[in-house]
Amino acid sequence: MNHFPEAWGRPRDDVYGAYNGAHLASGMPNQHTQSPIVTGTSVVGIKFKDGVVIAADNLASYGSLARFTDVKRLHRFNSKSVLGFGGDVSDMQYLDRLLTSLDIRENYHSADDAALSAKNLHTYLSKVMYKRRSDFNPLWNHILVAGLDTEEKPFLASVDLLGTTFSSPSLATGYGAHLAQPIMRKLVPDEEAAARLGKEEAIQAIKDCMKVLFYRDARSMDRYSIAVITKEGVDLNEDVKLENQSWAFADRIRGYGTQVN
Amino acid sequence: MASIIHMGREDPGYSFSAAPTAASANREHSFYPYVPNPSPLPSNSPRYTDNGGSTLGIAGATFTIMAGDTRSTSGYSINTRYAPKLFLIGGTGTEHKSARIVLSVVGFAADGHALAERLDTIVKMYKYQHGKDMSVAACAQRLSHILYGKRFFPYYVQALLGGIDEKGAGALYSYDPVGSYEREQCKAAGAAASLITPFLDNQVNYKNQYVPGSGSGLDLQARQAVPLPQQHVETLVRDAFSSAVERHIEVGDGLQMMTITVDGIQEVLIPLKQD
Amino acid sequence: MFRNNYDNDSVTFSPQGRIFQVEYAQEAVKQGSVVVGVVSKTHTVLAALKRNAEDLSSYQKKIIPIDSHYGVALAGLASDARVLSNFMKQQSLASRLTYDRAIPLGEITQRIGDRAQANTQNYGKRPYGVGLLIAGVDAKGPHLFEFQPSGVTQEMLACGIGARSQMARTYLERNLEQFEGAGREELIKHALRALKESLSQDKELNVDNTSVGVAGVGEDFALYEGAGVAQWLDATFENRGEGAESMEVDS
Repeated sequence: MNHFPEAWGRPRDDVYGAYNGAHLASGMPNQHTQSPIVTGTSVVGIKFKDGVVIAADNLASYGSLARFTDVKRLHRFNSKSVLGFGGDVSDMQYLDRLLTSLDIRENYHSADDAALSAKNLHTYLSKVMYKRRSDFNPLWNHILVAGLDTEEKPFLASVDLLGTTFSSPSLATGYGAHLAQPIMRKLVPDEEAAARLGKEEAIQAIKDCMKVLFYRDARSMDRYSIAVITKEGVDLNEDVKLENQSWAFADRIRGYGTQVN
Repeated sequence: MASIIHMGREDPGYSFSAAPTAASANREHSFYPYVPNPSPLPSNSPRYTDNGGSTLGIAGATFTIMAGDTRSTSGYSINTRYAPKLFLIGGTGTEHKSARIVLSVVGFAADGHALAERLDTIVKMYKYQHGKDMSVAACAQRLSHILYGKRFFPYYVQALLGGIDEKGAGALYSYDPVGSYEREQCKAAGAAASLITPFLDNQVNYKNQYVPGSGSGLDLQARQAVPLPQQHVETLVRDAFSSAVERHIEVGDGLQMMTITVDGIQEVLIPLKQD
Repeated sequence: MFRNNYDNDSVTFSPQGRIFQVEYAQEAVKQGSVVVGVVSKTHTVLAALKRNAEDLSSYQKKIIPIDSHYGVALAGLASDARVLSNFMKQQSLASRLTYDRAIPLGEITQRIGDRAQANTQNYGKRPYGVGLLIAGVDAKGPHLFEFQPSGVTQEMLACGIGARSQMARTYLERNLEQFEGAGREELIKHALRALKESLSQDKELNVDNTSVGVAGVGEDFALYEGAGVAQWLDATFENRGEGAESMEVDS
């Protein structure tokens, strides 16, 4: 008789052979995202006196391949907020589902005037992102949240894959932080300037930024989405064509091509 | 911060480079590349970033002044010109009415936020359960335990905690990222700590200052440090930061300064150079 | 002799469709001292009568501030109320942390309602022996909710629960039209008058046995106890004697 209680009731090794535990050990640890795969490039946003303008192009790249040319990276959450996603597209789609379920949960009982503001949404998103990075399983995105806060004032803030958050009169992710931010900061160096800026000027600034980004960012394209969020709601246009391009300057670029001098 | 971490190019300088090892092998999921025979390897994707900036705290006889610049950086980029590093702890509601404790955090801002929120929640629960405010000394020890509790995946921040002790004197505590702490008269932390500290040594603790006419050589009498008046400390803080701005690229934009006394907390925002 | 076979647990219906354990729990609420709540367009007020077990003991806590924007008043088992209020405190802090938002009162009420309901449908559980009035202000203005051990919750314009609360409710029903437009002080007076209605002949409201909680639009929930309620008692019952404890004297 086998005197080890843990063996009781189990198939006997001498009858059935030793238990084959091969399927238990996969031999590989569980793996989580180590790098983004299909990615979106910059998102740019600027505050003005009655709201926020935000834009991102419609390209999803697979490395240097312009893989999907009709991917909408601006998502309307509700009448007060729009999200702009940079980084991994599958993680963006996951977050979109997550936020849709949040929206349904929030509005299940009654769609009311006390909906989650852009600020509430940003706080929630930042917790999701920080939790995922702390689990060593980050969502590979840099997100801009644009809209109105609880007091209906313009709100613009960002959160990245590490859960880092910040807010500013103008924000840009990825290459936009290098190429578009200086343009926008010239226009709105501080909150006071943003509180004076008109809607048309803000839209023009964003369009200028998109043009500069298309000129210089190799992972960008000339079709983009732009959204204006004010008290009146969200005005989202998902198929804007970049206008008045001038490639004349390309003539003067030296040192990269096959030119002699 | 001793080392600057940009997207995991370097390891935490204060710590070992070993991965936190999971309980069982097949639960190990991290940012480390797979190695058949697990060995300590640097991570290949980021868990931390350094958001730059500096903080400073000085305790006086009846007050404590906490200060920090408001710039947030990623590498050479400025994320924003206004990201406060000072957080009110305790008090009621989101406005922290009647709070008497200030936490400053510098390093990885997301960890700093998480730490401040955790401490704030704890201090609020203490008030709810005990019906009285937590003392700075108790709060200071609790903060140490919070940091140490994440010893193997630390909050990558240098924290300072300021308040008024039970005798009414200014209290300042400084922390390393894993919870070592001590009470001090003054402390600078963050990117420009190495620039500000010697200035503080000389101007607050009167290091290398001697009593005039006390002789020479061994007869030379060191000038004794005394608690400084509030106005004077405020001037020192401004000078410390405007000097740091000149020499450190991660410091600038604005100076957030909080003065804690028994009567409450006063906050001022002073512009710094934006270059 | 008749013996009730349907009251041994909270998961068995009686043939008449009743759950006796829940009804007994509701009796516990009626044993508790009275609390009332009223709400206007801008404010919401809780008023409670505190009891002391004996002259030498302290008074039972009746109003618990939970978050800066709301508090609860309880009638029934105080220990059950503490379990619930601790839960509410945690949920309120969690809402502030995850959404940076003061938890809507309807939501927190619903959460304790769901919790209480679970106790009436699981074998081995006991219903909460406490009724609560949840009063405060959220993004949609001032609110007053009533919570019962059965898990029933409802939004109220005015409400009174606890021992002899019928008298208070009668007062509230008679003056209902005045509440909506009432100012802060007027609303507090109504709450105290309703509370006084429920008192037995030999009792009087004084600084030791009265608690008042007030929240308003742009105004945090404030709890008035001890010397703090003197101002409201004096303002409400002008014609009574000097000392709060003294008998009423002819003027």
